[in-house]
Amino acid sequence: MAASSRRNPPPLPGAENQDPLSEMADEDSDEGEDIFVGNSNPVAEAFQPDTANGEEPADLFSEAETSTAVNSSITTSKSNGVHSDNENDLFAEVSVELSMENPSTTAKSSGAEFTPSLTRSATQPESMEQLEEEKDEDSFDMEVAVTNPEKIGDGMNAYMAYKVSTRTTLPMFRNRTFSVWRRFSDFLGLYEKLSVKHSLNGCIIPPPPEKSVVGMTKVKVGKDDSSSADFVERRRAALERYLQRVVCHPSLLQDPDVREFLERDELPRAVGTHTLSGAGFLKMINRASDAVSKMTIKISDSDAWFDNKLQEVESEELQLRKLHAVVDSLVNHRKELCGNTAVFAKSMAMLGNSEDNTALSRALSQLAEVEDKMETLHQEQAASDFFILAELLADYIRLLGAVRGCFEQRMKTWQRWQEAQSTLQKKREVEAKLLWANKPDKLQQAKEEITEWEGKVTQYERDFDRISVTVRKEFLRFEKEKSKDFKSQIVKYLESLLQSQQRHVKFWEAFLPEAKAIA
Amino acid sequence: SLHTIPHSDKAKTVNVDLQTDATLQVDISDALSERDKVKFTVHTKSTLPNFKQNEFSVVRQHEEFIWLHDSFVENEEYAGYIIPPAPPRPDFDASREKLQKLGEGEGSMTKEEFTKMKQELEAEYLAIFKKTVAMHEVFLCRVAAHPVLRKDMNFHVFLEYNQDLSVRGKNKREKMEDFFKNVVKSADGVLVAGVKDVDDFFEHEKTFLLEYHNRVKDASSKSDRMIRSHKSKSPHCLIISTCLGKFFLKVSELFEKTRKIEARVAADEDLKLADLLKYYLRESQAAKDLLYRRGRALVDYENANKALDKARAKNKDVLQAETSQQVCCQKFEKISESAKQELIDFKTRRVAAFRKNLVELAELELKHAKGNLQLLQSCVGVLKGDT
Repeated sequence: MAASSRRNPPPLPGAENQDPLSEMADEDSDEGEDIFVGNSNPVAEAFQPDTANGEEPADLFSEAETSTAVNSSITTSKSNGVHSDNENDLFAEVSVELSMENPSTTAKSSGAEFTPSLTRSATQPESMEQLEEEKDEDSFDMEVAVTNPEKIGDGMNAYMAYKVSTRTTLPMFRNRTFSVWRRFSDFLGLYEKLSVKHSLNGCIIPPPPEKSVVGMTKVKVGKDDSSSADFVERRRAALERYLQRVVCHPSLLQDPDVREFLERDELPRAVGTHTLSGAGFLKMINRASDAVSKMTIKISDSDAWFDNKLQEVESEELQLRKLHAVVDSLVNHRKELCGNTAVFAKSMAMLGNSEDNTALSRALSQLAEVEDKMETLHQEQAASDFFILAELLADYIRLLGAVRGCFEQRMKTWQRWQEAQSTLQKKREVEAKLLWANKPDKLQQAKEEITEWEGKVTQYERDFDRISVTVRKEFLRFEKEKSKDFKSQIVKYLESLLQSQQRHVKFWEAFLPEAKAIA
Repeated sequence: SLHTIPHSDKAKTVNVDLQTDATLQVDISDALSERDKVKFTVHTKSTLPNFKQNEFSVVRQHEEFIWLHDSFVENEEYAGYIIPPAPPRPDFDASREKLQKLGEGEGSMTKEEFTKMKQELEAEYLAIFKKTVAMHEVFLCRVAAHPVLRKDMNFHVFLEYNQDLSVRGKNKREKMEDFFKNVVKSADGVLVAGVKDVDDFFEHEKTFLLEYHNRVKDASSKSDRMIRSHKSKSPHCLIISTCLGKFFLKVSELFEKTRKIEARVAADEDLKLADLLKYYLRESQAAKDLLYRRGRALVDYENANKALDKARAKNKDVLQAETSQQVCCQKFEKISESAKQELIDFKTRRVAAFRKNLVELAELELKHAKGNLQLLQSCVGVLKGDT
């Protein structure tokens, strides 16, 4: 995208501890404004240097504090992601569960490295009820941004590199602020690694943005038009949201792969990502889950909860898809209106030229200008519709897919336990038969097998319980996040509409006296 | 479907300052839309002696308006006036089609969506209906306001005769004749327009009108397209608002309200801008027709002069040539005299109409934008407030 590659990022101090604030204030006021400022329109063409947003010095992260920071689970009215004002009360009594029990996460079983900057007691939840009373805990002091897309290389081997900047006070990182360069396949690689490790535990792994051969090819080929600029910006924003969701997840944040992704200068090239994009992985899960979901046997009492929630998820996904399609077509309609308005404006200008009454002629020209301005407004509104609303919906459609995957994962775990139980049963039957037939050596083997399978049954039962707990917790966390996310994005969208209407009013107010002056 | 229109509910969009004096006042007090025709109730109030009563009404259909208009056009006496343009034929086809499509698509949307869309399409139908009434009324008012045309015999018959005028629509042959007449006329028109006028005023008017007419035509079609785009967003917003209802009731309500405002904006733009342009497209054509008639008369006059000179030179049929020349001269001078005033009046009317409509357009746009703004502000306030 032309505008963003023009931007020189503020020098994120590695050694120096200086806030880039002062540097940025002197340069173009719209540099960096669109990174975190919630309201500004990220579309390159619509950058209006005269918009109000450009006034503030554009430190990458100070803007974040006033708008959507990590995970946009923090609403725009909150200033800092850490201590949200009305959440202070919550922290007084919160019982935070540090889910360090995942057997698959390696060096973090004791949660030793993880020292959140909040002072609160960390106790394990003892029951489901406690879990549900858990208050908002995910406001870590951690912010990430994805900026400065740059095209590296030429032709079909070219790729876009994105700057990933982190600012944190978490001690597990080497520095407080740092940045690295990553490409799209790196993000996909991260997702794969996390999936492999965590999805079996019922974690909701945020899915990355989808691959797009068409979009990328245009960029590679060097088509320097608005559509490829849009594509790059769309992808950048999506990658940023993806990363923000990952670091917002308490367990995933602990994963060394995440840390490596954020910190390490050179990442080994992620291989095999061309075969397995996020969508591909999800498809795999979906296929498996289709088979599993055919089982309709009730498991236990708490299963009703899972059943209900799964149904909710499925119907919500449908709703979102429908809504997304409609928003898409709304965007197209607005673009069409845009074009027609521009054409009309020109026509009006011509008419104004023909008109031989001076005052009327001038008024008609003014009208043509107003219509021209309307066209710009329509265009910006279309971009808002798209970048804010449509992308939000698309994100959540993917996320809901991931949530479904979790539920299916739990079902598979249950299945495994059931199968182990039936195998155990069979082994016991074999033992009984052998007792009758009196074959001591085979009997010994049978007894050993029974012990083995008893162990497995216990193990699998525990696994199932554990995954149920995790899925439940994950789901609740997800619901909260989703609700916050939607709210803040919709507020953002409405605010952009609001600004548009304000300008609407201004334009017509300026025109009215001209019309009245006709004589 | 039947619709009637209350007397008060009309939009005189394009005419201002018509001399509506007490001697003759005409309006359309009621209208009825039936399957394939519209019946207008033409109501007259007059103190003129030619009418049997002071106040009376008749029912007329579109064809009868056209008959009246054509009778003016064909009347040589009125060659020097701008004949008020005929009202366009009532056209509900597009609207009917939309309603039909909606009926077919009923299964694919929720009951709520269906009801809302039906209401909107019905409102659209009603708006078109109101417009056609306004157009027919404007025509009659222009005639009634014109010092000469208001005295026309056919006009009085139109107003008073309470039986069907038995004006049938043109049959195929007549339509063909019309078509050829128009072809000849436009070819002739080009010829006549090529002749430079002796009078600067008319020469200027000729050039001006030609360009103006073309540009108004262009502006009119572009404005139509723009407004159609504006209207077509509505169904999408409707679905969005019903879907969002699941998540945010307040936001859904907001969308519903702003959608209604947007629809009003499109409707107002239609009335104040599109209709204005359409009307002046027709009037500028009528003005062009006047200039053409004058130009034709001028050519005839010049030809008659040449014929007279020839006749005098040959000393043959001089008297005949003299008479002919005098007739042409009178005709030309008569037309020129009234034409100048007509064109000046046209300008005055046009400027006034544009002023009125542009001011009203700006005021309405402002009103709606402010309305939207308020809704958005209050919704954002509520959403931000309760966290």
